[in-house]
Amino acid sequence: MKVTYYPGCTLKTKAKNLEDAAVASMAALGIDFEELPRWNCCGAVHSLADDDLIHHVAPVRDLIRVIEQGSQKVVTLCSMCYNTLARANLLMREDEEKRKTINGFMDEEIDYLGEVDVLHFLEVLRDEIGWDSLRNRIEVPLDGLKVASYYGCTLLRPKDVSIEPTGNPALLNRLIITLGGTPVEFDAASACCGSYQILGNPEAALAAAKNILDEAIKSGAEAIVLSCPLCEYNLGKKQEKLLQDEMLSRGIPTFYFTQLLAISLGLDFETCRFELNEKACLELLKNKRIL
Amino acid sequence: MSDDMPIKLSTRTIKNSFINKVRELSGQEFNKCMQCGMCTGSCPMAEQFDISPRRIIRMAQCGLEESVVDHKTFWLCASCYNCSVNCPRGIDIARVMEALRLLTLRKNIDYAELSGLLEEEIRELPQIALVSGFRKLTG
Repeated sequence: MKVTYYPGCTLKTKAKNLEDAAVASMAALGIDFEELPRWNCCGAVHSLADDDLIHHVAPVRDLIRVIEQGSQKVVTLCSMCYNTLARANLLMREDEEKRKTINGFMDEEIDYLGEVDVLHFLEVLRDEIGWDSLRNRIEVPLDGLKVASYYGCTLLRPKDVSIEPTGNPALLNRLIITLGGTPVEFDAASACCGSYQILGNPEAALAAAKNILDEAIKSGAEAIVLSCPLCEYNLGKKQEKLLQDEMLSRGIPTFYFTQLLAISLGLDFETCRFELNEKACLELLKNKRIL
Repeated sequence: MSDDMPIKLSTRTIKNSFINKVRELSGQEFNKCMQCGMCTGSCPMAEQFDISPRRIIRMAQCGLEESVVDHKTFWLCASCYNCSVNCPRGIDIARVMEALRLLTLRKNIDYAELSGLLEEEIRELPQIALVSGFRKLTG
């Protein structure tokens, strides 16, 4: 299986722990992947104004690079990149007038018609590797680890780009079960962490993050698993501030799903770059005798 | 104007140009809103608003530009899409909120200032936070 992989900006710096664990896991699972050459920032958010086409140019350029590489599929790890690329792709597929304008503006590029399939790595695990096949590869099961599966917004909304079209997300729980862990019942799985409001209205974003963390703690989870570096920042890195301000009863480690995957596949824990997580993450895995 | 004050509507208060601009920018027929409040009920920022998204939509329907831009509601929107996927009238409310932001941002008035961030914050924040934040909150 040949896969073109789009990393995005954050994975090359702040979220190396999301990327390195994924790249090592892809190799271990026999996925023939190649990083997209000359990729650019996708823009992180989809433009919602009807007259704002210029901001679609960045993600569309990335999709053109995929075609140029001779690929029909691009896989992302970051949820925000997934959402931005998938929505730009849909726009180019479905809106003839806007497609013409955008292609006309990029007259140095080939015309793009929305030919590429934009996938999140979680979909590849579910649809192309499959849970049974993945289960057979597990060397270090996450025995006894109780996990709250957190999707946030951009993997599930809007509906036309949801990685779980049923409206009842089960993918992350299935992954955790396959890795030998125990998913808990978690009511805030698709709640918003506050997203970019951590810049504009940090108190509001922290209040949203607190509600999610409270739910995770209430659910009895020992850890949260997620796939977005901005969610990880609001829910993981910002816990220290929430604890300082006595807004949380206790901390809860947050992992990228790729880190738990790599550990379960028996890969060297150094590929998981736990030094970029909160200290409690490594401690939890050691306490549970997973590491 | 206090939020509890009744709003008087007349041909002088209804600004059709504002209604048309929001409709044009958002591509949404927000006149279809029947004020059920699903948007507010599903909004993660509901506890933070001075007035709810439902009321903002009503004010926009009535062309009350000054009253709408006077409130922070659309600046607190995180584009999480809960309102849009839950709206029984099929209104993409996140697009309406974007249109309301742009009406200010396109006058060269920013909501967020890069200079307001601490050096430590810039060092720590993931790039997607900076890119998305400045895309949504600056012009």
